[in-house]
Amino acid sequence: MASPGRPDGEPRDRALVASLRAGDEQAFADLVDGWSGSMLRLARHHVATEAAAEEVVQDTWLAVLTGLDRFRGQASFRTWVYRILVNQAKTRGVRDRRTVPFASLAGGDEDGPTVDPSRFQGPEGPHPGGWRQFPQEWPEDVVLTQEVHEVVHRALDTLPPRQRVVVALRDLEGFEADEVSDLLEISAGNQRVLLHRGRSVVRAHLESYYTAAPVGSAGR
Amino acid sequence: MTCEEFVELVTAYLEGTLTPAQRAAFEEHLEVCPGCDTYLDQIRATIDVLGAVPPESLHGTARQRLLDAFSDWSAGSA
Ligand SMILES: [Zn+2]
Repeated sequence: MASPGRPDGEPRDRALVASLRAGDEQAFADLVDGWSGSMLRLARHHVATEAAAEEVVQDTWLAVLTGLDRFRGQASFRTWVYRILVNQAKTRGVRDRRTVPFASLAGGDEDGPTVDPSRFQGPEGPHPGGWRQFPQEWPEDVVLTQEVHEVVHRALDTLPPRQRVVVALRDLEGFEADEVSDLLEISAGNQRVLLHRGRSVVRAHLESYYTAAPVGSAGR
Repeated sequence: MTCEEFVELVTAYLEGTLTPAQRAAFEEHLEVCPGCDTYLDQIRATIDVLGAVPPESLHGTARQRLLDAFSDWSAGSA
């Protein structure tokens, strides 16, 4: 749970806002590069086309600059920026007559087991519900190669949209659970289920990758 | 608790949202089951890998337009 006021976030946010006001272009470029990817993911939920999503992200950054004086530090700077994004995206979605509330994207993304049931023993086994075979261990020092990044990107692409955006905000961007529920207007329980399902799928993709590749193969 | 039940509680465990009784049962299972221990480690590794993926950004011209807008903005607001 985040504490009210986020005491450790505040000084960092103040420093960041101060450097933007002082015209620090590198600080702005770092923000744009760091956050635009997940902003795009979030924007795609409200607008019809990739081009519209990109425009929403650009408009958000412009709105951040013109509205910077109104940032009061009640929420974290990041939450403030993402709220602007959600508002911009919703407005754009309405204008384009594509009002797809986030909740309506649900459907089949919260049901069923997250691990293939055939991995577990049936009622006839000595330990019903126990692993038939333990998951194979992964290499000790997981090297984050380009190849691994591609596996993860492919896994994210296969996720239902709501799972994808929750995993992106939580695990790629490091948002807190309550920030994500707030931005997406979903319950804490819902947020956790989507995160759980999304992570399980990514794990399964990594498992196939780590256990299929011959040891010592190129790219490891 | 079976392994099949365990894997569905992993996120709630990591988020700290299990009840004390569920948490105790989860940790008890973890003590005795190497398969679920490995599974939990792999979920943790997955989170680490996700956190290390370089972010996608805007394409070059959109990015440059924003940086130009920033220069104009800071020249105007200075
Ligand atoms: Zn087990």
